[in-house]
Amino acid sequence: MELPEVETLLRELAQQIRPRLTPDSVLVGMHTGGVWVAEKLREQLGVKTPLGTLDISFYRDDFGRRGLHPEVKPSRIPFEVEGRHIILVDDVLKTGRSIRAAMNDLFDFGRPASIQLAVLVDRGERELPISAQFVGVHLNVDGHQDICLNRTESGQLSLSLDDAKGRL
Amino acid sequence: MRNNPQLNKNGELQHLLTIDGLPASTLRHILDTAESFLGVAEREVKKVPLLRGKAIFNLFFEPSTRTRTTFEIAAKRLSADVINLNVGTSSQSKGETLLDTVDNLAAMQADMFVVRHSQSGAAHLIARHVAPHIHVVNAGDGRHAHPTQALLDMFTIRHYKKDLTRLRVAIVGDMLHSRVARSQIHALTTLGVPEVRVIAPKTLIPSCAERMGVQIYHDMAKGLKDVDVIIMLRLQSERMRGALLPSSQEYFKYYGLTSEKLALARPDAIVMHPGPMNRGVEIESSVADGVQSVILSQVTFGIAVRMAVMSILMGNEAGETA
Amino acid sequence: MKIHIRNGRLIDPKNGIDAQRDVFIAAGKVAAVGAMPEGFHANRVIDASGLVICPGLVDLSARLREPGYEYKATLESEMLAAVAGGVTSLVCPPDTDPPLDEPGLVEMLKYRAKSLNQARVYPLGALTQKLAGERLTEMAELHDAGCIGFSHADMPLSDTLVLMRAMQYAATFGFTVWLRPQDAYLARDGVAHDGEVASRLGLPAIPSCAESIALSAILALVRETGAHVHICRLSSREGIALIRAAKAEGLPVTCDIAVHHAHLSEMDIGFFDSNCHLVPPLRSQRDRDALREALADGTVDAICSDHTPVDDDAKLLPFAEAEVGATGLELLLPLTLKWAQETGVPLSAAIAKVTAEPARILALNNGHLGVGQPADLCLFDPEQYWKVEPASLNSQGRNTPFTGFELQGKVRMTLVEGHVVYELPDEG
Repeated sequence: MELPEVETLLRELAQQIRPRLTPDSVLVGMHTGGVWVAEKLREQLGVKTPLGTLDISFYRDDFGRRGLHPEVKPSRIPFEVEGRHIILVDDVLKTGRSIRAAMNDLFDFGRPASIQLAVLVDRGERELPISAQFVGVHLNVDGHQDICLNRTESGQLSLSLDDAKGRL
Repeated sequence: MRNNPQLNKNGELQHLLTIDGLPASTLRHILDTAESFLGVAEREVKKVPLLRGKAIFNLFFEPSTRTRTTFEIAAKRLSADVINLNVGTSSQSKGETLLDTVDNLAAMQADMFVVRHSQSGAAHLIARHVAPHIHVVNAGDGRHAHPTQALLDMFTIRHYKKDLTRLRVAIVGDMLHSRVARSQIHALTTLGVPEVRVIAPKTLIPSCAERMGVQIYHDMAKGLKDVDVIIMLRLQSERMRGALLPSSQEYFKYYGLTSEKLALARPDAIVMHPGPMNRGVEIESSVADGVQSVILSQVTFGIAVRMAVMSILMGNEAGETA
Repeated sequence: MKIHIRNGRLIDPKNGIDAQRDVFIAAGKVAAVGAMPEGFHANRVIDASGLVICPGLVDLSARLREPGYEYKATLESEMLAAVAGGVTSLVCPPDTDPPLDEPGLVEMLKYRAKSLNQARVYPLGALTQKLAGERLTEMAELHDAGCIGFSHADMPLSDTLVLMRAMQYAATFGFTVWLRPQDAYLARDGVAHDGEVASRLGLPAIPSCAESIALSAILALVRETGAHVHICRLSSREGIALIRAAKAEGLPVTCDIAVHHAHLSEMDIGFFDSNCHLVPPLRSQRDRDALREALADGTVDAICSDHTPVDDDAKLLPFAEAEVGATGLELLLPLTLKWAQETGVPLSAAIAKVTAEPARILALNNGHLGVGQPADLCLFDPEQYWKVEPASLNSQGRNTPFTGFELQGKVRMTLVEGHVVYELPDEG
């Protein structure tokens, strides 16, 4: 299966987001792929406020089955969340569980005015009532496969299909 | 018996009983995870839902408000339910054995025991006895080990000194009776600190101490020369008069940390103390409160480190230990 | 009852026999060795092919826990354990509750033991009343009641004047004084050897000099009083050196070690294995090696089990609080064989350490199978491996640091005074 170029998807996403952007908008990327996407979007959209990053390991709903992720990264929200319009960014949207965890995480920093969701790829298969406002592309993929976002040393992003590891 | 009773069959931490025998990667993983938890205290909501619905029993057979409180805060920031028991005063005096008490609490659906006991090996005994789904954290057993204290000390050193592999660390005081010192020494040597010194009179140093990878000094002026980190140990008041030491005055004169002695260390040396301090016995107030003291940071970091330990243990697959 | 044991390998160290010989038993005694006596008609013929026939073991220390500690073990359970281990004579220390400090207590114990018709029991009387280290016991009365010697067990006797008087008094009657050397002050609160392991585990320690200081004092008192002293449970290299010198000097001393000290060291404590909480403590590997060597060269006269059954509850405690001791009657023979095999000591010399040698210390005419001797003997399979597990022991005490060990040498049959008192049940 031919996967789209990430650069194309980023341009598509930026185009969708730009009209909805307010001077107050901030971007929050979800570790690890979402942070990469959010970094690129922030550049393209010219958002001034520093990027927020979330590691949802402490909010996952599968902790009891899988334990703590071996590489937890700190969540850094370098701005006041209270009353903010937040655009949450992730690489691939599937079940929606990560997004739920991320929203819970965000709310523990304060009460945002709104949260919108931007994803590079929406592959459907939702298990929770969550939808993205901004989508780079909709893809249908075999359930046994993961769509992965990869980054080269030079910062080049690309998508690949791998056998599923089973995380949500 | 000869295997490491802390690890499950996958080599993951099932219990945290001692630093002795743990690989450096495990220690680093705990410290790295603690970094992530550090931010939790600065948020609007100072907790994460990671251990929601888990029951953690603080089982203290020896009174210690401070340590118990830091474990309690750590557990609550992880959203666990915390039950505090000071057993020393209740059932033990009625003739119930240690394991009877543990069985009773396990029947109340405990997921983790945080244990403090006056006897070396008590935490190991409990860990061997409990059902496989229960995790045990040693919060200090006799003179043996106090692994979370050692980990928070390592976190503190790493925070201020970054690279542990080029440091000189001096531990000053009563190593003989100190579980903190034993755990610190294992942690320091495991994490690659090239020079660990212990400074104390001969009565306070156990035999074969050098086999734990430390250099022994009896002269504080020599021992503190050019060190990057000074860890002062607490001297229990009952040790100050008698066959171990003649008086607290003489001890302070020869082994207390004063600003003059501190000047022998490297100018950027940090001063640490596991608390509670005996000012004027092992440390001068001006040093304890001085710019080189990181004693209060230790307390802050202690909570993040204990959150990391609890969440890593609870997340590891339960099962038979190796 | 006449018994003919045939096709076995007879090892009788005292009589210098290690060969295939038949043994003939009549009227409870050894009637003949080798050729069948004229007109001998056996009621029972025992085929000992592949087995060793040796004198019944003489154990210099086995706690039977009666009177006073019947919840830990009973005379019935421990006497069965003894014969299951091939032990036909055993010495029990006086640290019962109450201690064996009155003739009535000794008579009762002897009577109870005799009524079980198993191993012979030789009690040691208490050296001081209540083992309190203050007043002497009625040693002569106790001797008449059946005490084979006098001991302070593991109780401290720090008043050297009392010790000297006790030795003088015992010497008056020619009684042997059994002492375990340990300085009470240096050993106070200690639970493990003062070495690497105790330091690492943070266990209160007992230095080796606790043994050598006390032993030096005892040896000086032997010179002073002329008393015969048997030194119990040596544990250190320094202690061995002192005994070696004392024997060279010609002092009337003998000594033993507990069999676990021939195999284990402080390292075996691992992570607080309370089965390794023993008295004296397991010392360093160098000490252990010195003990093994001293056994071989005769400095150490005998090996005992120091059998101490402990109930599970008393072991399921933090190391220092756990009760000391290990069950050992059933492990004495295989562990002695293990020592011999590992150090290249001939089987016959090894068996002497648990038969003829302890009998010599006790001044008993047993521990060998000369014609006319009481037929106390043991048949064991020297090749058979068995795994030490709680269920494999007859002793009520399951506490042993050897749990899980595969040991070689299994007792098949034990006879006391010509009666079969133990037969290993058929497997399957």
